Amino acid sequence: MTVRLFARLRELVGTGEMEWEVGGGSTVDDLWRDLAFRHEGLDAFGRSVTPAVNGELARRGTPLSEGDEVAFLPPVSGGAR
Amino acid sequence: MCYSGTMEDRRFAVQSAPLDAARVSRLAHGETPDGDGAVVTFVGTVRGARDGRRVVALEYEAYEPMALRAFERIAAEASAEWPAARLAIHHRVGRLTVGETSVVVASAAAHRTEAFAACRYAIERLKQMAPVWKRECFEDGSAWVEGAAVDADDEGARLEARRRSCG
Repeated sequence: MTVRLFARLRELVGTGEMEWEVGGGSTVDDLWRDLAFRHEGLDAFGRSVTPAVNGELARRGTPLSEGDEVAFLPPVSGGAR
Repeated sequence: MCYSGTMEDRRFAVQSAPLDAARVSRLAHGETPDGDGAVVTFVGTVRGARDGRRVVALEYEAYEPMALRAFERIAAEASAEWPAARLAIHHRVGRLTVGETSVVVASAAAHRTEAFAACRYAIERLKQMAPVWKRECFEDGSAWVEGAAVDADDEGARLEARRRSCG
């Protein structure tokens, strides 16, 4: 399964794309917690990050399957004016 | 790097090559059988200052396939509000210097009222929910600009864009 990271998340982890071994019953949250465990600074980011699975917005509880592409999206840059 | 929608539909694109506002405008205008009476083109450019600090460049990054879907969704939303309006949206990625064009939104419609409204709506929605990030580079450092969490289904945000588009 492929994991995509962008902007500040990409920099914190040191790569924008990685492979992740998906276990039976794994969810987006399992993946996020695994990443946060291995990379300092991700935890503080948690609430503002939006997950997407195969290009569609997802939730922390969304189940994962082999071959999925999961992306973690930090807050976007759009200004109000 | 250049991603776009289906082969026949180049109205939506994310690209590292410089943007051509006239081309985006033509793509919106298309070849409507009745002939549109108005095209409004918004061109977003790199501003040279933020909070009094001089900006030397902006670095844009996008999740391209999802950004294209967001553009298509925005166009569909605009069509639901202003059925006669047809949008084209091109966004640039990579390092851009001050004055360069980062985004072009063109909106064609039978009359200027819908064309202006749909164009304004589209750029507001794009800023809210398209997975595009930018890093501001100053003379003495840089920082990612982070606004709202991505939530395309946030109805409040959609209504705010709708409100702004109607003045």
